[in-house]
Amino acid sequence: MNAPTYNFAYLDEQTKRMIRRAILKAIAIPGYQVPFASREMPMPYGWGTGGVQVTAAILGPQDVLKVIDQGSDDTTNAISIRKFFGKTAGVETTTSTTDATVIQTRHRIPEAPLHAGQVLVYQVPIPEPLRFLEPRETETRRMHALAEYGLMHVKLYEDIARFGHIATAYAYPVKVNARYVMDPSPTPKFDNPKMDNCPALQLFGAGREKRIYAIPPYTTVVSLDFEDHPFTRYRFDAPCALCGAADSYLDEIVTDDKGGRMFVCSDTDFCEQRQAAGHHGALSAAPHKEKAHV
Amino acid sequence: MTTVAELPAGFADKVLSAQSTFRSVMDAMARPGSIQRVTASAGTPAGMMRGSAAIALTLFDHDTPIWLDAAMSATPDVARWLKFHTSAPVIADSSIASFALVGNPANLPALDHFAFGSNEYPDRSTTLILQVDSLAHGPAFELKGPGIEGTALLQAMIRPRDLFARLSINEALFPRGIDVVLVHDDVIVAIPRTTRLVASGV
Repeated sequence: MNAPTYNFAYLDEQTKRMIRRAILKAIAIPGYQVPFASREMPMPYGWGTGGVQVTAAILGPQDVLKVIDQGSDDTTNAISIRKFFGKTAGVETTTSTTDATVIQTRHRIPEAPLHAGQVLVYQVPIPEPLRFLEPRETETRRMHALAEYGLMHVKLYEDIARFGHIATAYAYPVKVNARYVMDPSPTPKFDNPKMDNCPALQLFGAGREKRIYAIPPYTTVVSLDFEDHPFTRYRFDAPCALCGAADSYLDEIVTDDKGGRMFVCSDTDFCEQRQAAGHHGALSAAPHKEKAHV
Repeated sequence: MTTVAELPAGFADKVLSAQSTFRSVMDAMARPGSIQRVTASAGTPAGMMRGSAAIALTLFDHDTPIWLDAAMSATPDVARWLKFHTSAPVIADSSIASFALVGNPANLPALDHFAFGSNEYPDRSTTLILQVDSLAHGPAFELKGPGIEGTALLQAMIRPRDLFARLSINEALFPRGIDVVLVHDDVIVAIPRTTRLVASGV
């Protein structure tokens, strides 16, 4: 039996045209969520069907693809999407942020600065930043039309009233080009400043919710805040245990059941590059050795 | 009468030609004022430049009503070619068109003849594809807006001469508005609705 053959990058041409038209409108109206006829993909919702469709619509044979999941190139989601495009499009894949032309990401922006000509594709679960404040699509659509975003400020204010600071730590709302309030997808708010004036094109795809939106390069992206409670980044107050980086976003890893834990870079490529360049953290002294049981 | 066999060809490789053309259009839209080149080759009916033909083959289908200006509809060639290769309906009412193909922009109708989209759905607007005299020589236009680092300089021979003055309604209408793709031969420049004219000189 012949193995099934797919069109280049899996999607049929009519679907790609429809997605491509949506991407062009999304770029022309920064931060506005363009509805599109999302297709079923050979992976469940929540695994990046929106990002995969956007990547499939833009990908060409000369592209170099990198896929990250929470900053890591080595997790199931990242590996399976990378293999998916390796198989259906035959594109070259990489883990290096600087070598990639298209980077599909789930919930992180790489630490290494992006450069012009790159495209960052975000997987988005809930594209509507106002959805948990107003469940009706007709209402949120009108709120965007009128730029009526008071409710979002009330939400941030209630954080301050209850916790003393803005406690929203991820999916922190931003305003794009001084017009649309946009959900940056559940990236940690540590990454928000990287979206502002970024040389790379940023595309967002939400498969289940059927929305595509975009931030063109060199576009103003401002995290919402108050004069007396300005936006602040957050990271664990520790250096990376493997590479010693003091400025990267860290994952907390529980190492035993006695409260032991370590902090390591969430961006595996960034961490490995630093280790290769000779930087070491407190726990990276010796490579792991197998121990024989006695 | 032209039969199907006499129509100019479409893309030789539909899939990869459409992909590379789309990337050129996407890069143009993401970097307004920058010159992008369409490398895919396709046959062109009389009156259509290589760039506009490639864009049509890449983005048009049965979901996108197309409006043709007088220059494009002077002979039935363009409409027939579009119908065969893209299945896109060619319509007379410009206010519901997804794309407008303009062969002689000197006679461009007032922009309010096209769709601006609504405030709720600003994406339901007409994208203008204007064939212009040159995108390398002519008066200079200094542009700013999303996608442009600082300002961008575009040298182009564009008719109507007051195109940017007309497009200034995009500022008041935003998020509604008109996106424009300028085409000369195989070179394209996009002016999305967020782009503003800073200064123009000769």
